[in-house]
Amino acid sequence: MNAAAIHADRVRKVYPGERALTALDGISLDIRPGEFVSILGPSGCGKSTFLRCVAGLEPVTEGTLSVDGRVVAGPPDHLGMVFQRDALLEWRTIERNILLPIEFAGKPIQAYRAAMAKLLKLSGLSDFGDRYPRELSGGMRQRAAICRALIDQPGLLLMDEPFGALDALTRDQMNVELQRIWLDTRNTVMFVTHGIAEAVFLADRVVVFSPRPGRIADIIEVDLPRPRRLAVRETARFGAYTGRIRDLFHEMGLINEEPAQAIEEPAP
Amino acid sequence: MKPWIARARQWLLGAMSIVAFLAVWEVLVRVLHVRPVTLPPPTAILGELAGEWHWYLDHALYTLLTTLGGFALSVVVGVALAMLLVGSRWFEHAVYPLIVALNSVPKVAIAPLFVIWLGTGSEPKIAIAFLIAVFAVIVDAVHGLRSVPQDVLDLGTVLKGSTLDFFFKVRLPCALPSILTGMKVAISLSLVGAIVGEFVASQRGLGYVILSAQGTFDTARVFAAVFMLAFLGIVLYGALAWAERRATPWRRVDR
Repeated sequence: MNAAAIHADRVRKVYPGERALTALDGISLDIRPGEFVSILGPSGCGKSTFLRCVAGLEPVTEGTLSVDGRVVAGPPDHLGMVFQRDALLEWRTIERNILLPIEFAGKPIQAYRAAMAKLLKLSGLSDFGDRYPRELSGGMRQRAAICRALIDQPGLLLMDEPFGALDALTRDQMNVELQRIWLDTRNTVMFVTHGIAEAVFLADRVVVFSPRPGRIADIIEVDLPRPRRLAVRETARFGAYTGRIRDLFHEMGLINEEPAQAIEEPAP
Repeated sequence: MKPWIARARQWLLGAMSIVAFLAVWEVLVRVLHVRPVTLPPPTAILGELAGEWHWYLDHALYTLLTTLGGFALSVVVGVALAMLLVGSRWFEHAVYPLIVALNSVPKVAIAPLFVIWLGTGSEPKIAIAFLIAVFAVIVDAVHGLRSVPQDVLDLGTVLKGSTLDFFFKVRLPCALPSILTGMKVAISLSLVGAIVGEFVASQRGLGYVILSAQGTFDTARVFAAVFMLAFLGIVLYGALAWAERRATPWRRVDR
């Protein structure tokens, strides 16, 4: 019996072809039930591939990957997923979008009206249930997408760079709201991002991926009390975490900068 | 501004440009003393129409019914074929080359064949209208059914709905705007097909009116029939544009 919500043991993923691409290599990771884990890495490091493997959208080449003790072969039950672009259906109102998983599961919609109203309230969308996605801003659309992922009370929530397409200010706001929603629902979350501050702010643990092939470079426990406020990002403790990750990226050769020196006044 | 005011203004502007076009035509014909057999003035054409409006209306209705028959058939068959093409790789490989080959045949060239096969009633005209219009529906419907974004496809997989659910709740609505675009093209092409059919062999319809008037050099009558055709075309296209707005309410909401 495995107590982990997600259990990955030496997972390897190779895209076959003339120039075979190893996307993931030797990924071993256990995620506890109710844990919020950020998967952090640069573009092309396989972090999204790993998420897609967990979602059962792609098979792993080697190793074992199981969710709730069951080996992943196709999408697991009780899974909620949020995509980079919200993937809302333009022809459905926000309410009907959120209820889509219920319809697909063949459950009675009426039984979920109350749950939906609660989610809408939690995400500040109460007045927008009867609007079409087009009438909402990018941040509101993504909040609706999160509501849709949560409506059927998934044990596991997979988020694939959900705030990547939003502007910095909206992104901050979304981080605060996601934390608030998660503190209420407490499901297991796997959050893929390339933002260092975002990864640390949200997570119990940050799993740092190195690129080509995707490997786990380090796992960092984030010991900051919740609920966290945005201002926590200016504290020394927070800086220690992000600094450590930046050093890692530096070692991988992903960040290059000139050595620090005194700033000179430009000649007039 | 309210949307209906904007639309009324748009209509008015369109109507004004048509009136202006006819006025310039009228003036030029009179000033340059163009012979009526070459180009009659619009007033003469409208007079011809008004004098025998019942007769023209009768022929126009015949052409309209043929057009609608061909159009309806092209939409039903076109969308059904598109579903099969998108749904089955095997069907696509087997049938798509045939469709492309058929489409590259000039349909007008095979119109006489339909008279041999189906006689001189409505059937050959409907068949020609259908044949000319159906490819537009197929192409746009296939495009629409394939246009489901990858993340929406993934969402469908993760939600584990039935294939039927996914098709009717995701794929078809996603394709609807594209299908409606194809239908707007198809209605105009159906009208072309109906006229071609009437040119080939007919005793009724606006195509027949044009052809018989041309035989007696009755240019005003040719133009009268052309005016009726233009009117039919506008009404049919307008009806579809209206249906499009009704069928896809999510596309017209103001941001």
